[in-house]
Amino acid sequence: MANELLKATDVSEVFGGLKAVSDFNFHINKGELIGLIGPNGAGKTTAFNLITGVYQPTTGDIKFDGKSIVGLKPYQITQRGIARTFQNIRLFSELSVLENVKIAFHFHVKYGLLESVFRMGRYFKEEERIEEEARKLLKIFHLEDKAEELAKNLPYGAQRRLEIARALAAKPKLLLLDEPAAGMNPQETKELMEMIAWIRKEFGLTILLIEHDMSLVMGICERIYVLEYGMIIAQGTPADIKNDPEVIRAYLGGEA
Amino acid sequence: MKYLRKNDCIMLGFAIVLFAVLQGLITGRVLSSFWQLNLLIVGINIIMAVSLNLINGYTGQFSLGHAGFMAVGAYVGIVLTTNFHLPFAVALLAGGVAAGFLGFLIGIPTLRLRGDYLAIATLGLGEIIRVVIMNIDYVGGAAGFKGIPHHTNFAWVFFLMLFALFFIKNFVNSNHGRACLAIRENEIAAESMGVNTTKFKVMAFTIGAAFAGVAGGLFAHCFYLVSPNSFTFMQSFNYLIMVVMGGLGSITGSIAGAFVVTFISAALASWPEFRMIIYALALILLMFYRPQGLFGYMEVTNMGIFRKIFKKGGRN
Amino acid sequence: MEFTHQVLQQLVNGISLGSIYALIALGYTMIYGIIKLINFAHGDIYMVGAYIGFYAITQAHLSIVPALLISFVVTGILGMVVEKLAYKPLRHAPRISVLITAIGVSFFLEYTSMYFVSPTPRTFPAMFGDVAINIGGIVINGQQMLILGITAILMVILTYVVHKTKTGKAMRAASFDTETAQLMGIDSDRIISITFGIGSSLAAVAGVLVGVYYNSIDPLMGIMPGLKAFVAAVLGGIGILPGAVVGGLILGVVEAFVSGFVSSTFRDAAAFAILILVLLFKPTGIFGKNTKEKV
Repeated sequence: MANELLKATDVSEVFGGLKAVSDFNFHINKGELIGLIGPNGAGKTTAFNLITGVYQPTTGDIKFDGKSIVGLKPYQITQRGIARTFQNIRLFSELSVLENVKIAFHFHVKYGLLESVFRMGRYFKEEERIEEEARKLLKIFHLEDKAEELAKNLPYGAQRRLEIARALAAKPKLLLLDEPAAGMNPQETKELMEMIAWIRKEFGLTILLIEHDMSLVMGICERIYVLEYGMIIAQGTPADIKNDPEVIRAYLGGEA
Repeated sequence: MKYLRKNDCIMLGFAIVLFAVLQGLITGRVLSSFWQLNLLIVGINIIMAVSLNLINGYTGQFSLGHAGFMAVGAYVGIVLTTNFHLPFAVALLAGGVAAGFLGFLIGIPTLRLRGDYLAIATLGLGEIIRVVIMNIDYVGGAAGFKGIPHHTNFAWVFFLMLFALFFIKNFVNSNHGRACLAIRENEIAAESMGVNTTKFKVMAFTIGAAFAGVAGGLFAHCFYLVSPNSFTFMQSFNYLIMVVMGGLGSITGSIAGAFVVTFISAALASWPEFRMIIYALALILLMFYRPQGLFGYMEVTNMGIFRKIFKKGGRN
Repeated sequence: MEFTHQVLQQLVNGISLGSIYALIALGYTMIYGIIKLINFAHGDIYMVGAYIGFYAITQAHLSIVPALLISFVVTGILGMVVEKLAYKPLRHAPRISVLITAIGVSFFLEYTSMYFVSPTPRTFPAMFGDVAINIGGIVINGQQMLILGITAILMVILTYVVHKTKTGKAMRAASFDTETAQLMGIDSDRIISITFGIGSSLAAVAGVLVGVYYNSIDPLMGIMPGLKAFVAAVLGGIGILPGAVVGGLILGVVEAFVSGFVSSTFRDAAAFAILILVLLFKPTGIFGKNTKEKV
């Protein structure tokens, strides 16, 4: 199917005898915004780590853009076009906000070692280009005034936004967001969701989103996968999911 | 960007004036031969410190074997000048290339290690290099290599030091350098931003080792005799101390650290035990009260005073 | 049979030397286990221990056992004092700061000792004369018997302390996870202090034994054995007590074989070569378990 951007087939991951993820089958079509939900410890972040090459699947195959990405290193997968954010923020904390974003342009910069140490050729042109692009991205995420600040000095919500800005700088086709709204207040969360919807259109992105906050996922995702104990127990549109008895039992249980 | 270029020009102008003054003091015999030698050693130590800073400070990899690479550069250099009568420049270059190549070979397997393990592995490698040299009769073994021509003079040291400083400064402020900084800050995030972390760690390690090799060549040609004992891990500690004292991740700091350490040891040379006791206490107190070193991550070109004096263009 | 004979003789020599490494490595591994510090000053503690033993024997005319005891106690206290003054204030500082401090402490101990006892090596009084047992041509001399005996006794005591006493259990808990141990009501400062005390005492015994074995001590004698003991600790799996002992013995035997059959100048390189090989192929050491960073 030409429309499939990411496809995982029978993926499982075993850590020392413990199955973190098993028989994982799912696909994401180009341009979709997909939610991945499930209770704590259901294997959501493990799924991200499998897609991004941090972990290697014990069995099964993951195809991106029609080609298998199993066995590739995380940086190679990023260069193929998958970028991510982290649940426990991993910014380059002693560097400025601007530098954080510039680093993510890393493999799009076209000058060599000699050009950089002797300041020749494309160095200045390229540096100007990425500076401009980085500032543009910061503007989208309302961080342009904080470009020179150290990342560690940003307020929490701004750090989360910076993580997304940084991931976008790698110019991905598929963006993986690991609980982007964790720790945000409802107002911030709402703004963030609008922003995610907007960047998807603006950058022509496909997005896979892990989220805890059900209402939020229901609001913007087109399709949802529900994980429990490392297995997909349900999938479908937000409306399907809401009425799925399995999901209500496993996830909504107390809340519904 | 223009601001950066302007800074370079200011620094270059400043360096040339400094060179003229110091060279004048040497030619006019104002400095005793003891201080002349120490001036050479300061320059060499600056190359050592700044190249180690690239590895330890900017890339965040803990190397404790820098003296080993210096030894390789020194011995390759002296063999080429003394036994093969090749020009000094060729010997220095060959020493740098040899040390860099060894750094590359060693770096690939060892840089997978982290933190303390890497520290102790590089320390061990530095010692292995020294022991191997000690067992090569061709270069005089443990007794040392005698009859080295006295090629190193202030101009060689100064301009190679300047080259090293600009090289590493430009490297750090580039896409390559940013990749190294990212590795230091968070290796997992760096990798997920598309940075081939192994490649850049090895690159920083190789460049650092190559400059240590050049510094070794300069060092060896200051003396008539060089022995493997000049390159023990105590020397590696010394360079580490210069870097930490000045600030991991600051070129200005490495210069200051090399300067302070070299001159304090020179000034206290007549009281060797006291020198080391003071040195030890200074080190401990520095870690207590200013663990980020004298300059932290700061560079002189980013400081208020510098900007006030030379400001016009502003940023960008 | 000449060759087999030589091999066995080197094995005896190696185990004796290895016992010394093991005693130093135990301190290294305990300290690393509990505060993740490569205590570069540990080798110098061992040197101080050797000097205390030396003065107890030559000035106070004590015999070997009381000399060992005095050195054990005094050096143990020294270790605790060093920890209190130099490392405790840096409990929450970056690792590199503590490491640099350890280098500073190492220099400080070496050169203050040098100032007081002079840099010239001292000759340890000869002991045991020609006492030796000869098993089929393989000689175990008096010094070696002393080393093996004392080491064995200390190992038994240490095993008892660590596994059966309350303090020992607290030490193991703190080394497993300092923060959780603290939450469980373990006074981690006290445990760290005791760990430094015990580690230093063991090193002191090693120092005196080396003085007896090689007859010569000097203020910089601790540098190399200190590093090698660290290699031994890494080889066995850092933080693991039996690992330190096994690592020390292996290292001693390898060194004895290298100096006996290759060349004594390569002895030091052998230790570091082992280190590199271990780090490359099994960084967690012989007894270590693999851990993975959580993303």
